[in-house]
Amino acid sequence: MIPTTFDYVRADTVEDAIRLLQQSNGEAKLLAGGHSLIPLLKFRLTAPGTLIDISKIGELQGIRREGNRLVVGALTTHHQLHTSPLIRETMPVLADAARVIGDLQVRHRGTVGGNLAHADPAADLPGVALALDAMLEVQSEDGKELLELDGFFLGPLVTALPETSLVTSVSFLIPPSDAKSVYLKYAHPASGYAVVGVCAVVGTDPDGTINHARVGINGVGDVAYRAISVEERLLGQRPSRELIQQAAAHAADEGDIGGDLFASEEYRRHLCRVYTERALEQILLPEGTA
Amino acid sequence: MNKSCKVTLTVNEVERTAEVEPRMLLVHFLRETLNLTGTHIGCDTSQCGACTVLVNGEAVKSCTMLAVQADGASITTVEGLGDVEHLHPIQQGFWEKHGLQCGFCTPGVMMAMVSLLQEHPAPTEEEVREALEGVICRCTGYQFIVDAVLHAAAEMAKLQESGNVSDTMPVGEGR
Repeated sequence: MIPTTFDYVRADTVEDAIRLLQQSNGEAKLLAGGHSLIPLLKFRLTAPGTLIDISKIGELQGIRREGNRLVVGALTTHHQLHTSPLIRETMPVLADAARVIGDLQVRHRGTVGGNLAHADPAADLPGVALALDAMLEVQSEDGKELLELDGFFLGPLVTALPETSLVTSVSFLIPPSDAKSVYLKYAHPASGYAVVGVCAVVGTDPDGTINHARVGINGVGDVAYRAISVEERLLGQRPSRELIQQAAAHAADEGDIGGDLFASEEYRRHLCRVYTERALEQILLPEGTA
Repeated sequence: MNKSCKVTLTVNEVERTAEVEPRMLLVHFLRETLNLTGTHIGCDTSQCGACTVLVNGEAVKSCTMLAVQADGASITTVEGLGDVEHLHPIQQGFWEKHGLQCGFCTPGVMMAMVSLLQEHPAPTEEEVREALEGVICRCTGYQFIVDAVLHAAAEMAKLQESGNVSDTMPVGEGR
């Protein structure tokens, strides 16, 4: 399949990219790894007049620690997320989740900035990023601003990203050192995309009381969301099987969940509960009691 | 509109320069412009991996990359792996362990597995199977492919041990 014709221009700096976006009058799209955009171009579901290649911009690379956050350059590939020692050490759930995105070849090209800005509801990264309190650094002609990821996704493939701006980095909150975390996914058997993906990050006081709870869910709804109702039911409590069941029963509360040919709404809500329950059991109940 | 772009890239250690349309996919550039038809087009939708090549040493699906994106990159295709006299260990492995039947997926599978072996020279069977997720073989049921990759890993370890490292990764001329 061959895309429709377009102009191609390479941006050497972020300012360059923004200027090119402004000049295009909304006709241009940014190209990083291309693993969301090029399939759309080939199916001719999008036909931008110009592609602005940002993949060679050095300032969009790199992973560094800033206080209690890890700042990950927008061009960081899923493979780099998976293999970064800094990520492995501070937030292993992000490294582990990156490994179930697509396949080896896809992970070599797909980028964290592209993944979130594309806002595919069945992608794996959004739920994990929500559970890690992700913030996006976004740059436009007016300068840089920080956007919370919670609220960034407006609909399938639609975000709050202003038209002539780009995501320069994504920062993730480093969970408390004793926190436990997991990303559990039920993959669509053909596409590998998440039918449901649940990321749970939970920290406890020395006496076992839950003092930090984040649950991010993708795949089931139009947008990835934080399951606040589950988090609220966990906070201040001691982990038990009953608590987990009660909390997980609310996993679909914040989700805008519908059905499709593969899975009905009822089934998706069911999966949502079951995977939330399993994720919480896995990290909160010692082996043998689960 | 859509001016052609000049790209310069190294393919199987030979530098190539060409004018390409921005919309030209890397796989079409390799097959049609350079006549390197060892890289196959299967699904053309980033699923099957028959078009896998190495871009700067990493396995990539060349149907999901534009030729202009490869400007300045070093590409290795299956033609760059070895020849009949000097098979690459992965090719030797496929030969010894009957890793193919119809052979359509084989070039892409071998390139993906070379990428795996560069990063994990001694993979477990589970790691091989996981890395095979990005390729589809409709003949073998994968068992013989897994055997071939493990055989290749063992052969490469032997070559490494004997100090004959230059033979580990023979690169052809991209005929």
